[in-house]
Formats: sequence, C-alpha cells, structure tokens
Amino acid sequence: MTGPALEITGLNKRFGGLPVTRDVTITVAPGERRLIIGPNGAGKTTLFNQITGDLRPDSGSIRLFGEELVKVKTSTRVAKGLSRTYQILTLFPQDTLRHNVVLSLLGLRGVRWNPWISLSGRRDLFALAEEALASVGLGDGGTRLVGETSYGERRRLELAMALAQRPKVLLLDEPLAGLSQNERNGVSELLTTIPRDVAIVMIEHDMDVALAFAEQITVLHFGQVIVQGTRADVVADPRTREIYLGE
Amino acid sequence: MNRPLLACLIALVLLVVLPHLGMGDYYINLFSQILIFALFAASVNLIVGYGGMISLGHAAYLGIAAYSCTWLVTHGYGQLTAALGALMLTTLVAAVFGMLALRATGLSFLMITLALGQIVWGLAYRWVALTNGDNGMALPARPAPFGISLNGATSFYYFALLVFACAIFCIWRMVHSPFGAALKGARDQPRRMSMLGHDVWMIRWLAFILSGFWAGVAGLLFIYYQKFVSPYALSLQQSAEVLLMTILGGAGTLSGPVVGAVIVTLVKNVASSYVERWNALLGLIFVVAVMFMPHGIVPGLVQWRRAATRRKAKAVGLVPPTAEPPRADTPRPAPDAKLERSA
Repeated sequence: MTGPALEITGLNKRFGGLPVTRDVTITVAPGERRLIIGPNGAGKTTLFNQITGDLRPDSGSIRLFGEELVKVKTSTRVAKGLSRTYQILTLFPQDTLRHNVVLSLLGLRGVRWNPWISLSGRRDLFALAEEALASVGLGDGGTRLVGETSYGERRRLELAMALAQRPKVLLLDEPLAGLSQNERNGVSELLTTIPRDVAIVMIEHDMDVALAFAEQITVLHFGQVIVQGTRADVVADPRTREIYLGE
Repeated sequence: MNRPLLACLIALVLLVVLPHLGMGDYYINLFSQILIFALFAASVNLIVGYGGMISLGHAAYLGIAAYSCTWLVTHGYGQLTAALGALMLTTLVAAVFGMLALRATGLSFLMITLALGQIVWGLAYRWVALTNGDNGMALPARPAPFGISLNGATSFYYFALLVFACAIFCIWRMVHSPFGAALKGARDQPRRMSMLGHDVWMIRWLAFILSGFWAGVAGLLFIYYQKFVSPYALSLQQSAEVLLMTILGGAGTLSGPVVGAVIVTLVKNVASSYVERWNALLGLIFVVAVMFMPHGIVPGLVQWRRAATRRKAKAVGLVPPTAEPPRADTPRPAPDAKLERSA
C-alpha cells in the first residue's frame, strides 16, 4: 500500500469559545506505531472522537487511505478499516465475553441484519470470537459474563473486540489505564504481538510502556501539535520537557 | 429438551384445550381478547424492551390497521386485499413515523411518538368523511379464510391463537437472531455499537417498523374481533394501557407482555363487573408490582425463585452465600432506567 494510512490536515474544533483542536496535522504511515502524548485536557481523546466520527470537526480533513472521512458515518468508517478502544470501558456487562466479541464481528458482516436465523447457531462466529479472546490471553472463560471479570480482563476484552475486526488503523485510548503493574506488563506485551500491517495510534500516560512501543510521537498541548517526529527527536526536544516538567 | 421450550409447549397445549374446558362463550371471547392484546403488547415490547425506546403512540398502528381494513372492506375490496392493504399501510406509516421519532432518543422520542399518535387520533376523530368520526366504522363481517367461518367464539379463538402463535414465534426468532443481538446492543451501548460498525439508527428504525407491523397484525385481529372501530382504539389511553401491560409483565422478556396483557385484560373485563373503580384496582396492582418487582412480574418471579433456591442451598450448606454468579439471562434493568442514561 502506498500513501499514508491516516492523514489529518488542518483539523479544528471548538467547544463554544474553547478551542480543543487547533490546526492539527498528523500523518500516520501504514503499520506505523504512533504515540500521542500531552497533559490532561490537551485534546487527545477529542481528537480520537473526531477521527471516529463521534464529533464533527469545524474544519479540516481526515483521510483514511486517501478517502475523506469527515462527512462519513461512524459505522462506515469502521467498515473502511478503523477500529478503536475506549479509555472508559464501554462493554456489554450483562453479556458473556464471547457475545461481546461476536457483536464486534457482526459489525462488519451483512448477517447482522438477519432477523430470522439463530445467532447461537452461528458456530463460525463464536469460533472466531474464541480465537480473538485466546489471542489476548482470555482463551478459557469466554462463557463468563463481563460483569464477573476483573478490570484487567476487561481491558483485554476491549482489545479483543477491536482486533477481531482486523482493522487497518487501530486507535488505542489509554489501553493501560487503571491496570496494576503486573497487568500492565501483560497488556503491553500483547500490544507488541499486534500484526505489523496494523497502524496503531495510541494515547498513553505510562511513559515506560509508551516510549518503548512508539516509533513516532506527537505532543499535543491545548489542542495544538507542539512537537512531532521520531521518538528520539521528540524526547530530546526542549519543548517536550517544557510541557511535561514545567518551565 | 430444555425448559423454556417445554414451558412453551405446555402453554400451547393449554391454550389449545382451553375452549374445551366447558366455559361459556363469554370466557372464550375474553381469551381471544387477551391474545389480541398480548400480541399488541409484544409488538410494543420489541422497541420498548429490546430497543430501549419508549413509545407512547403505539395505538396508532393498531388503529390504522383496523380503520384501513374496515374502509377497504366497506368500499368493496375483498377481505384478503383489505388485510394486506391494511398491513402495508400500517407498515408504511410506521416507517415514516419512525423516521420522524428517531430524530431523538429518550424522553424526546417518547414525546414525538405521543404527538404522532395524537395526530392520527385527531384525524380519526375529525375527518368524518373518511372515518365517520366519533361514530366509528363497522366491519360488515369477519373474513372466512379457506371458507372457514370465524363467527363462533371458539373458531375465532383458534384463528387468533394461530396468528398469535405465528407472531410470537417470529418475534422469538428475531430476539435470538443477529439482528436481535444488534438491537439489544444498540439499547445498552449505542456509541460502542456504532464504533463496532453497526448502524445504530438503521437498527432502531427497522425495529420500529417491525414493531409497527406486528401492531398492525394485532389491529387486524382487533377489528375482526370487535367488528367495529372508533377513535378510542387510537387514543392515548390505549397506547398507555399497552405500555402498562409491557412494563407490568416485564419489558425485554418474551413472556412479560403476555403476562401483562392477561392481567390488564382480566382486570378490565372481570373485575369491572364487580368493582366500579377497576381503574384504581389496576393502578394498585401496578404500584404493588413496581414496588416489589421493579423490572416487571416475569423478571421479578425469576429473581424470587433464584433467591429461594439460593436460600435452600445455603440451608443445606451446599454453597457459600456468595457463590451464586449472575446468570446470562439475568433480567435487564427496566427501560425507565435507560431513559435517564440516554437523556
């Protein structure tokens, strides 16, 4: 594939008088590992929400493999290869882990409109779901309810649901938030096993994990891109230090 | 054989032998009426229980089917044409109304359905040339499918039972289908569902249309049974009553609306011959049910039974007190809880 996987140009968004995204331009190559950092309120999640279509930007363009997304419905963006996990867990707590992943698999399949066949009869979907669960280390326990699982397991389930769709661009919103050190290591190992053809854009505050993972880094501050480039460049840049350590 | 299936078969056998238990026509007619309203409530449950969208204008679809069928028959069309035409018109109206109402969610959705329902009611009441206004319209005769007369109480009961059973079967299939799963997902986590590639609006719209269609089928049974329709069939009270049935029995369960329809129809018909203020009685039942079983009667009973088995097991010392895990079929929160979340 040629050309960038995700290309954001001149993106602007205001909440009333408050600019939350200011002229943001980010280009992510296919298979790239991109880290987005910045202090609280820098507009990182807001940026994700615009990429996924939860929020409509005021101006600017978002392209996925050259295709303009700004006026496209969220569900269509997903069909084009975009996937995302949430910082605040957004799961179906009264359903089983398997059912959660099956809902994700259904999202990209025409069979989701079928009101007549039995869903539990679709063994193929459940087999795929088990496979996705196994790939995040939840192999035995797909029949448990999400409500009974630990927080760490739910974080893994979030990942399984996103990965089951075989996205081309994956947005991870703080995939390690709220995890113990032990679980952090487990999940960050998982992140390294994600196939290299998936471009990953990640928001993360755990710098040990995030820096080891990222190739390219974008620093956001008050909705603006302050520094952008390879890991070494951004870490060495005095402006990064200024934002993170104060003047 | 699994237990729900067994329960279904037992219920079906009971319903089939019911007219032969030596009851008079009055009771057989009462059961026909229960079936009609149970189907109506089941159609409402599709969007209220499974879709999490509370409609307060569902009488419109029952009424439109009843009125249009009567109009077509009195204007010389055959019964089959009239029935099909009525269903088509009802489904079409549901599609248009759904498009309007689904511009909003939660309380605003409820208000739009209420307003649309009142518009239809107003038309039936005021457009005398078309609907005969307050006097209502009479259907000359019940249809006679394949030459079988439906004029007797028992034969009509079986006809209603057949339609009811087919409809419940279709609804049951839908609830357990991929589309049903998507509908419930859109109720619980709409944002996540669209991020998984589901078109939440389209899911809701299709569910709304399906719901309107089944309400239309109930409307046909209604007009065949009553052979008369007046604006009352479209009134807000009718919409509220069917919503009451659904929530009382347990929205989001297959049998809940049926149980609700049984209770409300019995209270309306039987208790009203003994108690003058049967409306108050109905209200009392509702208040008591909501106090002790906030999710409705069917989920409430399921919970009670589970608690009882747990107590028994604990007394015997089989399981520690906390060992009972929530099961996959744990009743959902009532739709009114949902309202707050989406507001």
